[in-house]
Order: sequence, then C-alpha cells, then structure tokens
Amino acid sequence: MTMAQNLGSATGRAARRPLVSVRQISKKFSNGTLALRDVDLDLFPGEFVSLLGPSGCGKSTLLRLISDLSTPSAGTIEWPGAESADAYGRPEHSLGFVFQEPTLLPWAPTLDNVTLPLRLKKMNRTEANQRAAAMLDLVGLKGFEKSYPRELSGGMKMRVSIARALVTEPKVLLMDEPFAALDEITRHKLNDDLLMLWQRNRFTAVFVTHSVFESVFLSERIVVMAARPGRVMSELMVDAPFPRDNLFRTSPEYAHLCRLGSDALKKAIDA
Amino acid sequence: MSEAGLALPNARGTDQDTAPVFAEEARILGLPKSRWPGILAPIVVGVIMLVAWEGLVRYKNIPAYLFPGPLVIIETLLSDWATLSVALWITLRITFAALIAAVLLGGALAILFTQSKWMERSLFPYAVILQVTPVVAIAPLIIILVGDVNLSLLICAWIVAFFPILSNTILGLNSADHNLVALFQLYGASRWQTLRYLRLPASLPYFLGGLKISGGLALIGAVVAEFVAGSGGSASGLAYRILESSYQLKIPRMFAALLLISLSGIAIFLATSWLSHRLLYRWHESALKRDT
Repeated sequence: MTMAQNLGSATGRAARRPLVSVRQISKKFSNGTLALRDVDLDLFPGEFVSLLGPSGCGKSTLLRLISDLSTPSAGTIEWPGAESADAYGRPEHSLGFVFQEPTLLPWAPTLDNVTLPLRLKKMNRTEANQRAAAMLDLVGLKGFEKSYPRELSGGMKMRVSIARALVTEPKVLLMDEPFAALDEITRHKLNDDLLMLWQRNRFTAVFVTHSVFESVFLSERIVVMAARPGRVMSELMVDAPFPRDNLFRTSPEYAHLCRLGSDALKKAIDA
Repeated sequence: MSEAGLALPNARGTDQDTAPVFAEEARILGLPKSRWPGILAPIVVGVIMLVAWEGLVRYKNIPAYLFPGPLVIIETLLSDWATLSVALWITLRITFAALIAAVLLGGALAILFTQSKWMERSLFPYAVILQVTPVVAIAPLIIILVGDVNLSLLICAWIVAFFPILSNTILGLNSADHNLVALFQLYGASRWQTLRYLRLPASLPYFLGGLKISGGLALIGAVVAEFVAGSGGSASGLAYRILESSYQLKIPRMFAALLLISLSGIAIFLATSWLSHRLLYRWHESALKRDT
C-alpha cells in the first residue's frame, strides 16, 4: 500500500477523459473575499475524491460552482465526458447534491422527499414511487416511507437526503460535509454505507470534509486545499483496496495514511 | 434498481435508536389528557364569575334595565331568538364572505408580490395605507360611494381582514430554506414547480397564523361597519340590534347580542386553530409535542 504525492497523472488516469474539468477557477464574493484562486481540478468517471481543508478554504464554494449554483468570477468548468447536454452544457440528470443539513421538505413524508427530483423532471408518479422505494430500501430505510422528517433521527434524515440525491442515478454525487453534524458511531456507519453505494452504482463522488480520517477512509484521491485565498495545495492518492471496512479503519496502514494526510493538511493550514 | 448485488446488511441499526419519540397520550372523551386542564380551568373561572354576577345582581336588587344578571340575559336570548338569529346570520355571512375574500385576495396578492418585486414595490404601500386607515373613518365614505349596504359592509370587513393574511403569506413565501431553493435550482425546477412544491407549503404555517388573526378581524370589521351603517338605520346585523336595543333601553337584549358576537368570535378562533392544527400537526414545530 502506497500513498503518492502529486502523482495525479502518473496513475494512468491521464489516459481517461475527465468527466468534469475545472480550469483556473477563481471566485470573488461581492464583499471582496477571494474564496478561490486559480483552482484546477479534474474529476474522472467513477472515482471517489475528497476535498480536504480548513474552514474558509473554499471547498464548499467549489462544489457550488461545479453544480452551477454559483458562477465563477474567472475560469471555466467543462463537462467533456457528457453524452447529452442541457441548456447549460452539462449532462442532464447527472448531478446529485447532499448538503451539510439533510435539507428535506418537512411537510412531506420520506417517500415524497425522495421522489422530488423525479417529480420535478415530470416522471409519472407510479414509476417515481417505485424508484424511490427501491432507493430507500437500499439506504436501509424500508418501512419508513410514510414517516415525516421530524420523526427520523439525524442519521436517518441524512440517509433520506442521500437517497434523494441518488434516485436520479446521477453521474456525479457532490457532498458538502454531509456527516459533520452526526455523532461518530452514526458517521462511521454512514461512511460504510456510502462506500457500498458507491461501489454498487459507481458514480463519481466528490466529498467535502475537514476530517482527515473520514477523507482517508472514503477516498481514492484527496485534494488538500488551503485558505485565504482558497486554493489547491497538494493531492494525495489513497491506494488501499476496496471494500474498506472496520478492519481497514483499525489497521496500521490506515493510521499511516492518516498521518500523511494530517501532515499535508498541516502544511496547508500553515501555508 | 432492486437487484441485491450490494445490499447494506448493517444499514438499519444504531442511528434508528436516536429517532425522536413523540408522546402518545392517554385520552379522555377523545381528547389527550393534557388538554383537559386548559379546557376546564377557564370554564371553572367562568362559572364562578357568572354565579358571583348573578348573586350580586340579586343581592343588590339591581333592575334588569340597568344591569341584567346572566339568567335574564339567557332568557332574553331565548325569547328574542327569532330576531337575534336573523341578525346573527347576517353578521356571520358578512364576516365569512369578508374572510374568504381576504384569503383569496390576500393570498393571490402575496404570490404576485413574491413573484414580481416590481409589483410589490408599486402596490405594497397601498396595502399598508388600507391597513393603517381606521375602518370607522372610511366606512361612511364607502357606504355612500358603494350604495349597496351589504357590499359596503363586506368591503369594510375585508379591508380590516386582508392585511394580516397578505403580510404573513409574503413572509412565509420568502422563508423557504435556502438550500432547498438551491436544490430546486439544481434540478432545473420551473418557477411554478418551485412555488407549488416549495414556497406554498413553506408559507402554510405563516398563512394559517395570518388566518387566525384575520378571522377575528373580519368579525370586528363587520360589526364596526354595521355600527356606522346602523346609525343611518339601514342594516340589520347584530351590531344594529345592539344600537336599536340601546335606543329602546332593552339592556338585556344588548347583552344577548353582545354574547352572540363573542361566541361567534370564539367559534371562529377555535375553527381556525383546529384547521391550523390539522394541517400542521405532522410536521411543523409549533404543532408537535416532544416526549421529555
């Protein structure tokens, strides 16, 4: 097991066409804050990437830019791997987003929350319900279709949020510190389940976190970012094989990888 | 999607245990046990007050044309029911018509204002002007201008009732969760979809809060306008009966009509509260009771 630094192109990924290509992106907010400066990032089909960095390093901003919820001040974001494009030039149905909060409709039962993206795409109700029920089953919430968000625990609400993001079978799943507010036990379980969903559906996962341990456990590649202004500092490859489980979490390799990750993060913070 | 390639064997587990538990209370006569003190306490106070009132009137021998006791009022209510019930019906009809108009126009204007900043900028100040002008002051003008008494009463009651619905619904439509708005944007939702699936449901608790206030205000507006119209001798609602009885010194009947107005107000309040509870009890914080 090895961890290579700044070897992004040396692993054979260069031969593949990226799904999303972020080029020289800068983002300046209206209050003058430079949230991102000259960020380059390629996302390859089916990979699991974590964006790791201290608060204020622009990792959430980068997610919002990729999802087109915000527009860059400079630079471009391209989707060279897209087969069909919508009016914005992005592949249709291709994005799922999981926010830091579960962000569910409080007035709608679980099933209706998960069908929402499908209903917005005007899919017929029967098919939408079937797909949502299958998705809920997959995230371990079978039997909770009629429960309201208020009746669920924090971890369960996050599962609903993940089910909603995946129900459209997106090519890219963007996650903005989704488990930051959960307790450690719940977070470990959700990390395990997220990896299983990823192995099953092979979407491209982009996971924003400020936890070294979480990023090492989940990702194939960690992009370390620094703050003021937000920028990419270094890139770490995590070559540990999948599936990863509790055994990996308690292994010396994991500890070693976490130490490397911590060092890289420390450099980014001191920079 | 359902092939069992990679199931999640341990997905269901610890995080379920922390789901909040909501109290399922014992019920007496169909109502939860904890609701009864809130119902019984005011009833007990009311009975004590009525008994004291009746006792005082009898002990001091106060004649009914000066200050009637509760029993005389009830007697009058029953004996004059034919006249009073007609008056009650007229007042209630105007109240409800005004409330419905307030809901429709207030709601529609709120949606219009939140869809178009321009509309809000140009029209909202006039809504405020309508609200801050005392209805007693403009009622005579409206009655003269409109001509038809019932219609002018309706307009007066509507002016008083519509503003809380308008301002509350605007607030509600604008208070949808920002991340949810972003999510709708992400999925390319149309304006109409965002309104229907997000902004309207998000505004419901605020709208219902406005409705509770407007229900009472519609009744007040109807009664106040009737007083203004009644002094011209051309109305027949409860307020008119109160005026008429005061001219004829039929004090018990004044009290009886007053009682009917109060009861109507209470009934409207209970009805709007009930509606609000029915619509919100599954999801809104205000309607949920947590087990502690």
